[in-house]
Amino acid sequence: MTRPDFVYAIQIATTPERLWEALTSAEFTSRYWHGRRVASTWRKGDPVVMTRSDGGADFEGEILEVDPPRRLVFRFHVQDGAAMQAEGPSRVTYDLKPEGSTVRLTVTHDEFPEGSAVHAGISQGWPGILSGLKTLLETGRPMPAAAAAGCD
Amino acid sequence: MDNVFKALADASRRLLLDRLFVRNGQTLGELCADLEMTRQAVTKHLAILEDAGLVATVRRGREKLHYLNPVPIRDIQDRWIAKFERNRLDALNDLKRRLEKPDDQA
Repeated sequence: MTRPDFVYAIQIATTPERLWEALTSAEFTSRYWHGRRVASTWRKGDPVVMTRSDGGADFEGEILEVDPPRRLVFRFHVQDGAAMQAEGPSRVTYDLKPEGSTVRLTVTHDEFPEGSAVHAGISQGWPGILSGLKTLLETGRPMPAAAAAGCD
Repeated sequence: MDNVFKALADASRRLLLDRLFVRNGQTLGELCADLEMTRQAVTKHLAILEDAGLVATVRRGREKLHYLNPVPIRDIQDRWIAKFERNRLDALNDLKRRLEKPDDQA
């Protein structure tokens, strides 16, 4: 059995239903995922697309498992940049586990192809996205734009 | 945030995090090998780290794999440290605006 490459966990003071909504709604993702909007019909086999604010695709994939509000697994195929797009897809798993009045979200990102270029970017991306998700759900406000984006 | 700082305020626990940084996804047995800590001590430290969210675990068959989870540290950075950096960036922006204003409006 192979070991996953990345496992990130975050504990959020919210309900599993609200967290599931935040993970699967474009309205929510646009507020913590760098302005990007997720779209899918969320059934096994359905496509999933994350779209940037300029309309381009950030990643595309396919739903592999869906069990709301407990587990979501999908193929993750980066569309942004020639080298990353040429690579095969990896796999993302969301596990939502209630813990008292909080929910622990565990994100497992694995099945990277040999010599993956996407691999390095992932470790930079997920912590910020999850931190922003927690802030949004717990304070009702998005994280102030990272490093005052637009400051030239 | 307190339990993250408390978890980090121990050299043995920081060493365990360093080990996972070099090689992530280790079992308890792998972490204990070439460390001078007893298995019992490593188990205790891992429990504190897991409780603080700094280590995430995944079951693979009969074994438990331990992963360094940087998210709580990122959370501290975003919620607490970054606001000091934002003030510095704002000050730089102010300076830039003033320098770029025509002289008669200074």
